Amino acid sequence: MRKPLEGIVVLEFCQFLAGPSAGLKLADLGARVIKIERPGKGDACRQLAIKNLFIEEDSLLFHTINRNKESYAADLKNPEDLKLIQQLIAKADIMTHNFRPGVMEKIGLDYPAVQTLNPKIIYATVTGYGNEGPWVNKPGQDLLIQSVSGMSYLTGSKEDGPVPFGLSVTDIMCGNHLTQGIIAALIKRAKTNKSVLVEVSLLESALDVQFEVLTTYLNDGGQLPERSAVKGSAHAYLSAPYSTYETSEGYIALAMGDLKTIAELIGCDISPAYTNPADSFENRDELLLLLGQKFRENTSQHWLGLLESKDIWCAPVLDYKAATDLDVFKNMEIRQQLDLGNGSSLYTTRIPMQIDGQKLFARKAAPKIGADNDRINLEFELK
Amino acid sequence: MKPLEDYLVVDFSQFLSGPSASLRLADMGARVIKIERSGVGDICRSLYTSNVIMNGESSVFHAINRNKESFEVDLKNPEDCKMVRELLAKADVMMHNFRPGVMERLGFDYASVQELNKDIIYASLSGYGVEGKGKGKPGQDLLLQSVTGLTWLSGNADSGPVAMGLSIVDMLAGSHLAQGILACLFRKAISGEGGRVEVSMIESAYDFQFETITTFMNDGGALPERTAKNNANAYLGAPYGIYKTANGFVSLAMGSVPVLAVLLECEALQAFTDPAEAFTKRDEIKTILAEHLLSRDTACWLGVLEPADIWCADVLNWQQLMEHDGFKALAMIQEVEMKDGYQYQTTRCPIRIDGELLTSAKGSPKLGQDNEEIINQFVNLKTGIHESQ
Repeated sequence: MRKPLEGIVVLEFCQFLAGPSAGLKLADLGARVIKIERPGKGDACRQLAIKNLFIEEDSLLFHTINRNKESYAADLKNPEDLKLIQQLIAKADIMTHNFRPGVMEKIGLDYPAVQTLNPKIIYATVTGYGNEGPWVNKPGQDLLIQSVSGMSYLTGSKEDGPVPFGLSVTDIMCGNHLTQGIIAALIKRAKTNKSVLVEVSLLESALDVQFEVLTTYLNDGGQLPERSAVKGSAHAYLSAPYSTYETSEGYIALAMGDLKTIAELIGCDISPAYTNPADSFENRDELLLLLGQKFRENTSQHWLGLLESKDIWCAPVLDYKAATDLDVFKNMEIRQQLDLGNGSSLYTTRIPMQIDGQKLFARKAAPKIGADNDRINLEFELK
Repeated sequence: MKPLEDYLVVDFSQFLSGPSASLRLADMGARVIKIERSGVGDICRSLYTSNVIMNGESSVFHAINRNKESFEVDLKNPEDCKMVRELLAKADVMMHNFRPGVMERLGFDYASVQELNKDIIYASLSGYGVEGKGKGKPGQDLLLQSVTGLTWLSGNADSGPVAMGLSIVDMLAGSHLAQGILACLFRKAISGEGGRVEVSMIESAYDFQFETITTFMNDGGALPERTAKNNANAYLGAPYGIYKTANGFVSLAMGSVPVLAVLLECEALQAFTDPAEAFTKRDEIKTILAEHLLSRDTACWLGVLEPADIWCADVLNWQQLMEHDGFKALAMIQEVEMKDGYQYQTTRCPIRIDGELLTSAKGSPKLGQDNEEIINQFVNLKTGIHESQ
C-alpha cells in the first residue's frame, strides 16, 4: 500500500499540542514532517511534563505528540539560519505555525513572503481567537478557550458551576481541523497548482465542537443549557436514562433507551415520575434518582447482564487499567511500540484509522533538537 | 473555488458520527447525497434534544445535515438498489456507519461497490471495529466514553465518573473519517487509485486520550487523580482550574504560584516557593486560592492578572459569549434556508481556506426532496447499470 501522503514534505514551526497533533496525523498518513526548532530549547513542549515524566531531556508528553517526525534546528533571528530555512521552504509542500499574529511578519516568513519563495506552498496557521477583534492578542490556551466558549456549562451537574473537559479538547479538535484543512488544500493545489492558505483557531474549533447544541440554542429562543442536578447525569440536552450510575461495586452507563422497558427489566417503580415519554425529559432529575437508587442495590455485572439481554444501550464505566485490558484494545492493536534507540522503547497509541485495510504503524520516536540538520542540509542542498 | 468542488459523496450514514464527516466535506465544496430509508430517513431526524422541534425535525438533524441532498430509497427493493448502484458508479466517495455485516447483506460492501466503481473511496465507521467479539456492540457516545476511561478526567476527585457533556467521541470519529477520506481523495488526485478508509469510535476515543494513556502506560499504571476541588486536568498542578469569584468565575491556566501570590495579594500562597509544590500540594493551594478569589469580582482579578501576562479568562455562557465583540469578529453564525423556505441559524465550518469562510446558505433536506433531480441526472432507467457507463 502507498500511504496517502507519501512524498509530501511538511515544515512544522508549531509548538505545544494543536499544530503538532496535526503534524503527527500527517506523518502517520505518510508525509515527511520536519520540526523547525530553536537551537538549544526547541519546541517548548519538550520541557512541559506531566507527572514529571521525562525520557532523557525531553518530556514524555513531547514524545507522545512528536513521534514519527524529524527535527531541524534553526534560529530564525539569525540571517544565516533564515537563509537555509528559506531554501527549505522553497522545496517543501506545507508549512504550519502557531505564532501570535505579527511574529512571522517580523521574521519575514509571513504568507506573502513565503509565496514568493514557493508559489505552491500550503501555508497553515493556528491562532487562539482568529486574526481580528478584541481577543486576538489573548493567550490561546485550552482551558481559557473552553471558559470563554460556553463549553464549561455542559459537563457535570447543575450545582457544580462551570466544569471544564478534563483534556485539551479544543487543542485536539483544532489539530483535527487543521489536518482536514491542510489535506483539502493539497487537493485544491493538485487542481490549481497554486499556493493555498489554511487558517484555524482554537475558539472556532471550540464552537464547532458545540455545533449541535449551539444550533439548538440559536433556534429555541436562546435558552441556556440546563444540566440535571443529579450527579452522574451526562448531557444537558438529553433525557433520562442518559447518565452514569453507581452500583454496589462500580458504575455503569446507560445511553438512550425506553424508560418503561428499562424500569420493568430492573424492577424499578418509576410511576411517580413517568406516565408518558415526554416525562423522560420533563422529570429527568426524579427519574435519574429513582433509577440510581435501584442500581445501587446490585453489582454492575448483574445489571449489565440483565440490560444487555434486552439490547439496552449500556456499558461498564472503566478506568485506564480496565480500558487498556479490553480485548478490543488488543485485537485492534491500539498500542504501538516506539524505538528509542539503545534497545529501549516506549509504548503509545497509533493513528485511529485504517487505510486500504491496514493499520498504520510507525516505530520512529520523537527527534532530539536538530537531529536531522546534517542530513537535511545535504539532501535539500541547503547552503 | 472550494477545494472539493466537483466531488460526489454518497452517504449512507446516520446520527452524528458519519454525517458530521460528510458535513465537513460538503462545506469544503463536495456534493453530498444522503441515502435515506424510505418513510423514515436518518433516525436523527426524530432524535430530539430537549424536545426542540424545528420545521418538523430535530434541531440536531438540521445542524448536522445542512448543505446536503436527500435520496429516499428502499434498499430492500431491487429497483431502488439499481438506482443507488448507478449513483455509486459515478461517485468519488461512499460512506456508511452500519454495524459490521449489514452492508454485506445489502450488497453494498467494499468488494461489491468496487465492481461498480473500481476507484471509489469507500469509508466506513463502526463502534468497535470489525474484528473480535465486540464488533456488534452499539457504537454510542456515552458508552464509548465509559469504556475507554474518559469519565475519570473531568470533575473533581469525589464526583465519581463525569462524562463530557457533548457527543465528543462521535465528533472525533467523524473528524478522523473526514481526514482519511480527504487523504485518499488526495492520493486519487495524484495517482488515480481509490482506497478504503475505516474508522471506529473506540479507536478515536483512545486517540483523544493519547497523551494521558501514553502517560498511564509508561508510569507504572498509575490512574489519573483529579484534584479535590476546581479540577480542570487530573495531570496538571495548581492553579489550573476554574474558580468562583464575588460575582462569577475566573479560569486560571498555568502560572507560577509565588507570582500569583503577589499579584492577588494572597499571603497564604507565599509559602509555596518550591515549583514542585504546584503539583504535590495542589489541593492545598487550590483551597487557598478558591477561598481568596471569592473576595473580589471577576473583572477586578482579570484587571490585575491580564496586564501581568498571567494566563486567565472570564468564564462565559453562550449569551455572554455571543454579545462579545471577540465572538462577533469571527462571523461564526450563518443563516441557512431549506427548500420550503424555512430558515434557521447555525454555526459554519471552522476552517478558512484562502482567507474565505466556507459558508453555504443551503439548509437541511426534507426526506427524499432530491429524488427526482438525482434520478434524472444519474439514473438511466432504460439501460440499467451495466450499459450506462
